[in-house]
Amino acid sequence: MKKLISRPSTWVPLLVLACLASVPFFAQMTGQMFYVSFFARIIIYAIAACALNVALGYGGLISFGHALFLGLGAYAVGLSSYYDVGNGWVHLLVCIGTCALVALVTGVVSLRTTGIAFIMITLAFAQMGYFLFVSLKIYGGDDGLPISSASKFGTFSLGSAANIYIIAFLVLVLFLWWFAKLRVAPFGMALRGARQNARRVKASGVPVFNVQLLAYVVSGVACGIAGFLLANLNAFASPNNLSWIVSGELIVILVIGGIGSVFGPLLGAIVFLGLEEVLKLYTEHWMVIFGPLIVLVAILGKRGIVGVLQRFDKPVDRYTAEGEKL
Amino acid sequence: MSGTIFFAQLLNGLQFGVLLFLLAAGLTLVFGIMSFVNLAHGSLYMMGAYFAATVFGYTGSFTLAVLGAMLGSLILGLFLEVVAVSKLYRRDHLDHVLATFGLILFFNELVRIIWGSQPLFLGVPESLSGAVDINGFTYPAYRFAIIFSGLVVAIGSYFLINKTRVGMLIRAGSVNPRMVGALGVNIGLLNAMLFGIGAMLAGFAGAIAGPILSVQSGMGEPVLITTLVVIVIGGIGSVSGAFYASLIVGIADTLGRAFLPFLLRQVTERSLADAAGPALASMLIYLLMAVVLAWRPQGLFPANR
Repeated sequence: MKKLISRPSTWVPLLVLACLASVPFFAQMTGQMFYVSFFARIIIYAIAACALNVALGYGGLISFGHALFLGLGAYAVGLSSYYDVGNGWVHLLVCIGTCALVALVTGVVSLRTTGIAFIMITLAFAQMGYFLFVSLKIYGGDDGLPISSASKFGTFSLGSAANIYIIAFLVLVLFLWWFAKLRVAPFGMALRGARQNARRVKASGVPVFNVQLLAYVVSGVACGIAGFLLANLNAFASPNNLSWIVSGELIVILVIGGIGSVFGPLLGAIVFLGLEEVLKLYTEHWMVIFGPLIVLVAILGKRGIVGVLQRFDKPVDRYTAEGEKL
Repeated sequence: MSGTIFFAQLLNGLQFGVLLFLLAAGLTLVFGIMSFVNLAHGSLYMMGAYFAATVFGYTGSFTLAVLGAMLGSLILGLFLEVVAVSKLYRRDHLDHVLATFGLILFFNELVRIIWGSQPLFLGVPESLSGAVDINGFTYPAYRFAIIFSGLVVAIGSYFLINKTRVGMLIRAGSVNPRMVGALGVNIGLLNAMLFGIGAMLAGFAGAIAGPILSVQSGMGEPVLITTLVVIVIGGIGSVSGAFYASLIVGIADTLGRAFLPFLLRQVTERSLADAAGPALASMLIYLLMAVVLAWRPQGLFPANR
């Protein structure tokens, strides 16, 4: 316990998680159900940013097209319910299957490139998806696809904001736990090593391409699950879910929170969406303030909120600490 | 009949390609030399169009409008370079993406505050408002003027880069900027100048595109993303590659949109072709880019390194 208190970069996010867990009860008491759907949105964006973190933060793969997976997840729900399939397990299966397949194919092509070209090609694939759904007029085209029946898991339906909140929160906790494990597992170590020096890792016998591809697929599928939840929350799947702006927002969330850290995506999503909501109270032209803030974050450096919190951490005794705390 | 339509669409494609080149030339140099990912290039294009529309509104002169747009975007480009961009050259691409993404949001909202969300009007100049008649085939004179001015810029940039001292420094800078700096060249100034020229060309493109597109907030992004495709296909850092790739992308996109649904109808049933045709046409250039990158990751016409 004492060890935990000496590390704000761990207990602050855990406290935030505890606060998030209490949101539905709080909303129930005050009758402000608006907050449930607002925080559900934050949690869903945090899930998507967690997903991006695996590719971008751990692997250094600057994907500027993760909106593709968010959109695919949303349309997996949209198209299934369009054909009168209400079973949530089917929705989830379609979502995971499609995202895994698309991530595998685009990953194989994209990972042949590095640097600027990788950014561009992931953007191009996302744009392909965007234009595909814009021009498919039978599924609503530009206007998007309203979802009449939410995903149903037996008697449990994702039709209400409260139910989505519970599931999204559980998924977030699961992903945070899983990706924290993944980060220090041999797979995560190889992935993070390849970010720093791919050639050296390859020379030590690790199949770098396969590791990066797997990370990209995991990242894509996890982001698809965020899309799956988002579509249920909005009761709507729109080509705007695949817009390149969304890809950019996910990167911004990740950088604000702290790239490559476990809790960065969560803190980033809260600050990003929270700030957006606060600025909107004062002016409809909130982006005029928000844009330069993003530029400032980029110029000042990118250790993010987690980086700031880590400054207050007591140094770890390397010989007694369990696990690695790099 | 079909021949004239095809020819007209080919010219439309050429005109689009030339417009893309005006953006791609500046962007690819900034990519190639400073290795800076400038997503805000489309915003400079948009600002150019707005400057032109404003000057045109006051003076009614198209020439002044274009000059005003070039001057305005040059100053804006230099300002951005000094305030933000020059601080980011040495960072990794992620910071570039982040900063210029922020700039896009800023500029899109800024024009909405200053000029409102209604599209602005920018007229075609009187002397170019007619159509050119070649053996019974007519085509708007203004679009010919766009093609012409784009080719002039292409030839001009060829001479600048291959025949002048500044061009020599640019080429040297694209191979090894540090060594050029070590030889006593003020590389910071060179970078700022290049960024400014790129911004000016983007503003010029915005001004001449104004009369055929609508001048509104967010007009920069679709064309920016197409320009990025051009640069990647052409080979990052190569101006001549950007030129060929601009024409390829411009023509492929225009012809694809015009004829692909029609062609598909010949091979599949009508309902499927009507659904898949437009989808495939709008994805065409991205498919092209994916194929090029998968086949030659360095682009079709890479800069000589």
